[in-house]
Formats: sequence, C-alpha cells, structure tokens
Amino acid sequence: MENAIVYFQNNGREYFGLLMGHIGISFVSVLAAMVVAVPLGIVCAGRPRLKSIAEAGFGLLRIVPSLAILILLIPIIGTGVKPAVIALVLLAVPPILINTVQAFLTLPPEMLEASLAMGMNPREQFFKVKLPLAFPLMFAGIRTATVEVIASTTIASYIGAGGLGDIIFTGLALLRTDLLFIGGGSVAVLSLLTGYLMDRYYRYITRWQP
Amino acid sequence: MAAVTFKDVYKQFEGMGYPALDHVNIEIAEGEFVTILGSSGCGKTTFIKMINRLYEPDAGEILLFGKQIRDKDPVQLRRRIGYVIQQVGLFPHMTVGENIATIPHILKWDKERINAQVDAMLLLVDLEPQEFKNRYPAQLSGGQQQRIGLARALICDPRIMLLDEPFGAIDAITRENLQNELKRIHTESKKTYIFVTHDIREALKLGTKIMIMNQGQILQYGTPEEVLAHPADGFVEELIQTSGVSESLLKDGDGI
Ligand SMILES: Nc1ncnc2c1ncn2[C@@H]1O[C@H](COP(=O)(O)OP(=O)(O)O)[C@@H](O)[C@H]1O
Ligand SMILES: [Mg+2]
Repeated sequence: MENAIVYFQNNGREYFGLLMGHIGISFVSVLAAMVVAVPLGIVCAGRPRLKSIAEAGFGLLRIVPSLAILILLIPIIGTGVKPAVIALVLLAVPPILINTVQAFLTLPPEMLEASLAMGMNPREQFFKVKLPLAFPLMFAGIRTATVEVIASTTIASYIGAGGLGDIIFTGLALLRTDLLFIGGGSVAVLSLLTGYLMDRYYRYITRWQP
Repeated sequence: MAAVTFKDVYKQFEGMGYPALDHVNIEIAEGEFVTILGSSGCGKTTFIKMINRLYEPDAGEILLFGKQIRDKDPVQLRRRIGYVIQQVGLFPHMTVGENIATIPHILKWDKERINAQVDAMLLLVDLEPQEFKNRYPAQLSGGQQQRIGLARALICDPRIMLLDEPFGAIDAITRENLQNELKRIHTESKKTYIFVTHDIREALKLGTKIMIMNQGQILQYGTPEEVLAHPADGFVEELIQTSGVSESLLKDGDGI
C-alpha cells in the first residue's frame, strides 16, 4: 500500500499518460469497430446470405485470442499502436455486428407497417422508427465490446501500444507486486466504471420501455 | 362523388387456395360511417389496406374521391388518409406528443402549429394535453392509447379515416365511451369513416352504413335498419340472430 502511494507520488504524470493512452486506444478501437459493424450489420439484416458469411467470419476471429492476433500482426505491420488497434477492432466488431443484425431483424412488423401507413418514406422510416427501435440492442453490443476492449488493451502493451498494461508488464519484469496491483486494479476500475456509465446511458435510452 | 369506389377488385395472397377479396364492387358515399362486419379471415383488413395501398389488388380498380389510387404516390396518398389499428400502432419510443405529431413532422409544419394542433387533438379525444403530452405509450391504459391513436390519425384532418378493429382489445365501459366519442367526432367532421369490427352491436351503433363480408365477398351494404329488416341472405340473417340483436333493440337506440 505504501508502495502504491510512493508510486503515485513519483510517477503521477506518467501514470496519467498511460491511463489516457489506455482510454484513447480503447475509444478509437470501439469507434472504428462501430463504423465497420453498424453499417455492415444493417446491410446484413436485409441479406441472409451475407449475414451468415459475416457472422461466421467474425465468429472465427473471435475464438482466436487477441494476443495471438497481435503476434500474427507483428510481421505484417510491425509493433506499436496501429496493430494493437487493428486487433482490438477485430475483437470489438462481432458483438456489435451480431447485436445490430439481431436488432434490425427483430423490429416489430406492426411498427414497420404503422410507419408506412403514416406515409413515411423509406428514409423517414429508417431514422424515425427503425434506428431508434433498434438502438438499445445495438448499444448493448457496443457496451459488451467496450468492456472487452478495455481489458484487452492491457495486452496490447505487449507490442508497444502503451496504456495501463505497461505498468503490469513492468511489474512482471521487475517482480514488483505493487505495480501488478496498481496496473491490474486500474484496468478493473476503468472497466467497471465504463460499464456502469454505459448502463446508466442504456437506462436513459430505454426509458420508454415498460 | 363517391369517397371510395371498388370496381371488381380481386386479391389472392400467395399460397392461399381462395381469394381474400373476390371481385368486390362497392361505392361508398362521402360522409358515411361505414362499419365492416364479418368473421375473422373474411377479408376486412385486406379491404382496408387496399385503400391506403399497403396491399395492391391483383385485378380491378380502386378510386378515392374519383381518382385512381394506383396513379398516386403511395407515400403521398397515405399522408392524406387517417389510419388507426389496435393498440400496437403507437410508436413506443416516442412520447404521446411526438406520436400525434408524426405526420405534421414529416410534412414539416412549423413548431408552433404542431404544438397547437397536438393540444387541440388531445382535447378532441378528451385528454388533458399537459398531463399526457410527455408520457410514453407504455405509461397509458389501453383506452388512452387508443385515443392517442385516433388523435394521431385525425391531426391532418384527413378526408377519409380507416379504422381496423381499433377498440378490439378494450374493456366494455371504455369501449362504450370511445364509441360515443368517435361518433361525435365523425358527426362534427362530416368526413368518411371506414371502421372494421367483428362486434355486431358496435357495427350497428356506429355505422350509417353496414357492410357485411364473408369469404372475400360483400354480402350486404345498407343502413343498419335495412340490414336488420331485410337481411340479404341466410348468412346475414344468422349473424343477426346469433348475436341476439333485434330490430326492436335498434329502435330503442340506447340499448345497443
Ligand atoms: N399479408 C398476407 N399474406 C398472406 N395472406 C394474408 C395476408 N393478409 C391476409 N391474408 C389472408 O387473407 C385472408 C383475409 O385476411 P384479412 O383481410 O386479414 O381478414 P380479416 O381482417 O377479415 O380477419 C385470410 O385468409 C388471411 O390469412
Ligand atoms: Mg383483420
């Protein structure tokens, strides 16, 4: 415990930098995964064949551990932030993709018909009815992906991406349990806090549900 | 000019052995309150959905206020037709106010006009605007939801209203109130209403004309008095008898 206090006294700035790096990498990865998975999911929902191909492909990626993907990527793009983000995006796409497809496939048919009967054109129907009704389930996928990414970003430090994993790997190298404790604890707190905030937001966006 | 004209309209859904609408001919005059009566599966919903082009006929023509609907853009057409269905029709993620303003939003009315009209519609269906505007459908009773459904359909003052069993899932007392209010709104507006029900008492009470359907065909179209006094055939006669409604009941008026 004392060690931890000493650590923060001496390395406060560095710690803050690693924390911000961790958040930054996670954030960019989830954002990029959304940019890929949301449109892909919406397209897949209307095309059963494409849907099974995409789900099988990303499902396969999912069983390969992210560390393995990281190591496989080293010869191709080297080390650093870039391969880390790529591996994290691959990790984050499946839950968002699957939930997006599911959300758009389970839209209540009577809502779709009601919106047509009101005289909405396809664009209005998409933005006023389909997307808002699908959003909670999509967001649940984004939440799952985010928590997974925050945990996995720790491993990305192994190939030089930075982040809180640096503290853990340093601790392992120097056999210092206080560093393991600080690094691991920080990741845990960050991931719990993010999960909590996202749950709060989920409750906000589903306030209309009974 | 007739509000709605069906000329030899035929519709058979894929995979079905018999037609949902079997050479239907009808002319509905403007201002009528038509109640469509018939057992489940006889084509009532199909008839209604053809008018706002949710379904297209296989053959025949449909005219709305003298114009071929197949020549119109379905999207534009639907914005001018009020449409009310059983409870499920409200958008759950929109507040009451947003639900009622659905079509005005699409039509890009200005904000003040929308607000004023939403309030007016809520008052019309006997709900206090300030109390209900910001609620979500899940926070309303079935009867209140149905009032909102009516308000949403009425806001653009459509010349024709299509109502598909709107009071089907509502308890008897609330239903009675809603029927009375709908009748009042119709009488004040002089618009054309087409109302599907499988409750003969409701059909007799609300309709200025009753249309009785069976197996995709219209068996009889006439005033409640005509239908009760001169049932077109055995089916209609049986329908009246089994429901226990008699002509004397109709004359008493309030009994129904
Ligand atoms: N979208 C559809 N696809 C296939 N068959 C349908 C569809 N809509 C209605 N039908 C069939 O057409 C017939 C008439 O249905 P409908 O008009 O809904 O009857 P009602 O409203 O009188 O209960 C029924 O046999 C029904 O199964
Ligand atoms: Mg029906």
